[in-house]
Amino acid sequence: MEIARMKNARGDRAFSFIVYLFLCVILVIVLYPILFILSSSFSAKDAVTAGEVVLFPVGFSLEGYKAVFDEPAFLQAFLRSVGYTVVGTVINVAITILAAYPLARKDLKGRGLFMLLFAFTMFFQGGLIPTYLVVKGAGLLNSPWALWLPAALSIWNMIIARTYFQTTIPHDLLEAAQMDGCNDYAFLWKIALPLSGPILAVISLFYAVDHWNQYFNALLYLNKPNLYPLQLVLREILVRSQMSTDYMGDTADSAKMLGLAELLKYCLIVVSTLPMMIVYPFVQRFFVKGVMIGALKG
Amino acid sequence: MAQVPAGQASERQRGESVTSWNGSVKRVLRGWQLYTLLLPPLAYLIVFRYFPLYGAQIAFKNYNLVKGISGSEWVGLKYFNQFFHSYEFWRIMGNTLGLSLYHLLVGFPFPILLALSLNYVASARFKNLIQMVTYAPHLISVVVMVGIIMQFLSPKTGPIGALLGLLGVDTQLPNLMGEPSAFKSIYVWSDIWQHTGFSCIIYLAALAGIDPALHEAAVVDGASKLKRMRHIDLPGILPMAMILLILETGRVFDLGFEKVLLLQNPLNMRTSEIIDTYVYNMGLKSMVPNFSYASAIGLFKNVLAFILIMTVNRISKKAGQSSLW
Repeated sequence: MEIARMKNARGDRAFSFIVYLFLCVILVIVLYPILFILSSSFSAKDAVTAGEVVLFPVGFSLEGYKAVFDEPAFLQAFLRSVGYTVVGTVINVAITILAAYPLARKDLKGRGLFMLLFAFTMFFQGGLIPTYLVVKGAGLLNSPWALWLPAALSIWNMIIARTYFQTTIPHDLLEAAQMDGCNDYAFLWKIALPLSGPILAVISLFYAVDHWNQYFNALLYLNKPNLYPLQLVLREILVRSQMSTDYMGDTADSAKMLGLAELLKYCLIVVSTLPMMIVYPFVQRFFVKGVMIGALKG
Repeated sequence: MAQVPAGQASERQRGESVTSWNGSVKRVLRGWQLYTLLLPPLAYLIVFRYFPLYGAQIAFKNYNLVKGISGSEWVGLKYFNQFFHSYEFWRIMGNTLGLSLYHLLVGFPFPILLALSLNYVASARFKNLIQMVTYAPHLISVVVMVGIIMQFLSPKTGPIGALLGLLGVDTQLPNLMGEPSAFKSIYVWSDIWQHTGFSCIIYLAALAGIDPALHEAAVVDGASKLKRMRHIDLPGILPMAMILLILETGRVFDLGFEKVLLLQNPLNMRTSEIIDTYVYNMGLKSMVPNFSYASAIGLFKNVLAFILIMTVNRISKKAGQSSLW
């Protein structure tokens, strides 16, 4: 008995050692690329172009950031993306609630049928081309509405919200309110929504991240550079290595001349990801909460 | 109905004393309000989800911009046959399934391993640190992610050459982005880097749901940590793992299309062309876009994916495991 326990203690120590080692290796693997990009963005342009940066900045400089912030086209795209994200998220949240709340009500006649109508589109879609034709037919090409309307509702988020309404708004509350002459609009607006702060935060967050990070719909539906969201401008510069004067104005020429191009990429990566990373620590728990609610089966 | 509480009954009588007709109209109106709430989402559903389903018929037609969807003449399975007999068919199917299965098999165990390990960390601060750091890359946009991959793999300016230089190795690095054989690995491993942390949340939740009494009893019986992990934790998260596996298997045709498209270049096209990118390249990017041909391929994929997810769900239901619905 005693020997077995001692053996276990030794085994457990080895187990814990392996667990910690494994996690430390993961930590290094996740952190290294992030540190490399940060360090590169603060390095001198020649060191970056020559590939001298390994972990720490080489020849500390803010040259790249200066070039980024001196460029009105970049700033405009940044602000445009903020606008697209805010309006898009407001539309998303409104449509999601309008669908989720009635579908959460057990006294809604035909609830099963409606639910089927919504859920079916999760598993079967018309496809890229027919959707494109609808957007085109509706005259939405080259309009911000092309970013907002086709993506106005995520069925998955709607199901998360519906599950939340079902489990947290007691039916007794509805009956009591109806007794007092409260109608469904008033109940949703004055009672159900104020009780749903956490779920509103979760779905707003999910939608906002989607809008901010989205590039494909813009690529598909917008072809005027003065409508491009940030991600599309980034795609030109980071992925296609094209600094067209359409997006970057004079900086495109001077960047090439001064050998800034590589440095500029690192700075753009940092600046465009920064808003997410600043908000992230505050919203982390909401993300976790969203995943948890999603894990419950509606 | 028989057991209405006293207060409620008197309320009802007072209501009905006005006119019972009035009361029932009110009740119907109450129902109507819920339906009016549903109107905007239903309009969205019809226009942007069901109308494309109607439009998918152009896969069987010779779509003509002027004649429109209903005016174009039927050509039956012409475009499906064209795709099945095209020399690219097997290559594209192979790329799609190969990339998907690689992603599924290699990517699946990592979140489980991470969650199991985190569960045995005693220090709350260390645990928080790991969670904070590993969740963060999930928020990076796909454009920026591909930008990072390209910077990282650049033979000239990337850190790999510099790291090898520190170790005294001085070799000419290959341009991995232009290497067809490297494409799948680049796609899969960068995805693991980006999403493992976030995917492990759901397993952590499942682990938190395991009755602590099981662990206490096992400790009393002298079970080692390794044994507890194998016999308590692993079975505890198995149902969740099964559901996720079903979901993932049902989605083998639904790859990260946006990421593949960004990683694609003329040099790696041979391995990077999947069904979705092919539809985009044929239908919208091409100089002579063929909407009908591209729609046929897209529809073929969607039907296949639909059958797959239904089948997988049925199998798991039969096997007595958890199912999606």
